[in-house]
Amino acid sequence: MTKVLLYGFGNPGRRDDGLGIAFVDKIEQWALSAGKTNMEFESNYQLNIEDAEVIAGKDLVIFADASREEISDYCVSKVDESSKVAFTSHEASPGYVVKLCKDLFGNAPPAYLVHIRGYDWDFAEGLSEKALENLDKAVACFLDILEKPETFIEGTKNVKFC
Amino acid sequence: MTKKITIEPVTRVEGHGKVTIHLDDQNNVSQSRLHIVEFRGFERFVQGRPYWEAPVLVQRLCGICPVSHHLAAAKALDVIVGAGTGDGLTPTGEKMRRLMHYGQMFQSHALHFFHLVSPDLLFGIDSDPAIRNVIGVALKHKDLAVMGVMMRKYGQEVIRATAGKKIHGTGAIPGGINKHLTQEEKEFFLNGPDPMNIDKMLEWSVASIEFFKNYYKEHKSFIDNFAHFPSNHLSLVRKDGAMDLYHGVIRAVDSEGNKILDDIDYQNYEEYILEEVRNWSYMKFPYIKKLGKEKGWYRVGPLARLNTADFIPSPLAQKEFEIFKSLTNGKPNNHCMHYHYARLIELLHSAEMIKELLHDPDLMKGDLTIKGTKQSRGVGLIEAPRGTLFHHYEINDKDQIVLANLIVSTTNNNEPMNRSVNFVAKSWMNGQREITEPMMNAVEVAIRAYDPCLSCATHALGQMPLDISLYDSENNLIDRKTT
Repeated sequence: MTKVLLYGFGNPGRRDDGLGIAFVDKIEQWALSAGKTNMEFESNYQLNIEDAEVIAGKDLVIFADASREEISDYCVSKVDESSKVAFTSHEASPGYVVKLCKDLFGNAPPAYLVHIRGYDWDFAEGLSEKALENLDKAVACFLDILEKPETFIEGTKNVKFC
Repeated sequence: MTKKITIEPVTRVEGHGKVTIHLDDQNNVSQSRLHIVEFRGFERFVQGRPYWEAPVLVQRLCGICPVSHHLAAAKALDVIVGAGTGDGLTPTGEKMRRLMHYGQMFQSHALHFFHLVSPDLLFGIDSDPAIRNVIGVALKHKDLAVMGVMMRKYGQEVIRATAGKKIHGTGAIPGGINKHLTQEEKEFFLNGPDPMNIDKMLEWSVASIEFFKNYYKEHKSFIDNFAHFPSNHLSLVRKDGAMDLYHGVIRAVDSEGNKILDDIDYQNYEEYILEEVRNWSYMKFPYIKKLGKEKGWYRVGPLARLNTADFIPSPLAQKEFEIFKSLTNGKPNNHCMHYHYARLIELLHSAEMIKELLHDPDLMKGDLTIKGTKQSRGVGLIEAPRGTLFHHYEINDKDQIVLANLIVSTTNNNEPMNRSVNFVAKSWMNGQREITEPMMNAVEVAIRAYDPCLSCATHALGQMPLDISLYDSENNLIDRKTT
């Protein structure tokens, strides 16, 4: 059984910055109703160094975050190892977590980042209307992928798609 | 001609800040400033909201220290619901909150030391930035990196168990707490499989201090002289003078140890602390009213707490406290880099307190909340990892918040951080015609000692590169580096 971890990060108190966590929440609801027992779910404000241990031992990791980039709705890209320090002190990038996992635990699972475009970063809860549309598109895409995650791992070694 | 060098933003500090350094004709530093773009709109944002929402709302301020804001707000609202001024909760309510707080302190201090500071110490502040990070530590000192990761994880799990969840935790509510610790949770934290148990955390905390002390023996001159200057120090202490990170009275001492604020009730903080506004920074400059703006500034955080406290009420940390105090013959320690030493002693103290609390039966039974006669004003203070955190709320007769005033730890350290930057800039950059990476990093090392959190809660992709710009006296951009 392919062990999949979905990890959303962001601050849901800053409107669309909560897109990554909303993505994971929606997938988790689907997994519960569909009886998917191979999936684990995690959310936090930011990724950090201890997440290297969280992703260790998984077969596939999907990170989810909001994006301010001018993409149409969402993008998925392979996470490459990175030793670059994020400029904020207490934050780690997905690539940093993957690299640290490999260095500390000997191996790191294949990891992908889904970034979903947001528009509103104000102090409030709730996603903007356009962000919700983007979220639904990203979720729909991954419901297909997560039906057969092993196929996704094998067929998308260096994927980037939007 | 005067040149202005801008380092923006500062790497490995939380949020967005920049440093400007002005050089004169001889390339000597004429002025340096740390500018912090702090978001102050939050105090207005909470106005009109029901007061009981505050402990959850305020976590939006920061994704790094939400627990500190959560607890400081809850303490202020304890006053408003008539549950006393910090020491009137039920035993279960207070002890669960303390466990949450020590979990936060433990994970935050571990993260800061292993993730941010250890690379500077292990590789040197003038080493290649490509290896001067925790990945470099993982490659060359794997045991240390594993310790840092797992200590941080342990503290995070304590928070999850007490606050309910990692994001927007709801554990602390006005007048108490909303859950007990379960037997399963207690068993996990006490006797979990290695390394996830409190005895291993204690062992590693002791080892962390030994690591620093060994480094100190070999690099005494650097640790003692880097950004060393006298200051006042302020923190909460317990009424008997003990270190207390959760509750107490405000004590401030000067650089010689004389008491400036003698154990005052923080409900009256406005009578003793004022905040100055300067036109070049969004962040205010707090000072002790009776000393005035020029002499009334102070340090907060681990170094200040070890300078104000008479003792630490846990045996292993107390032993280290005595060694720490002996370095300055019992006088306040004004060495900037000793913040790291003090932080590790607090790390050990937090682990000891977690263990003590886990054996306390009150965590698993007893009343969770208490209420009394409602008040219209409440102030809550807590010793956050980075220093004293003030939350002050006032409500109307419809239970809506009409005033919120927050003085966060980093704001309290504003003036000393600026002085540290100035000290280092003059030491490293005077007479230099070129600004090198090690020189810039020396400025950042001085700032990092305070572990500042610059109020950055949103972090969506595509933001915040490191941008370094060089301007001439007429603000023409003559050089720029982005990392």
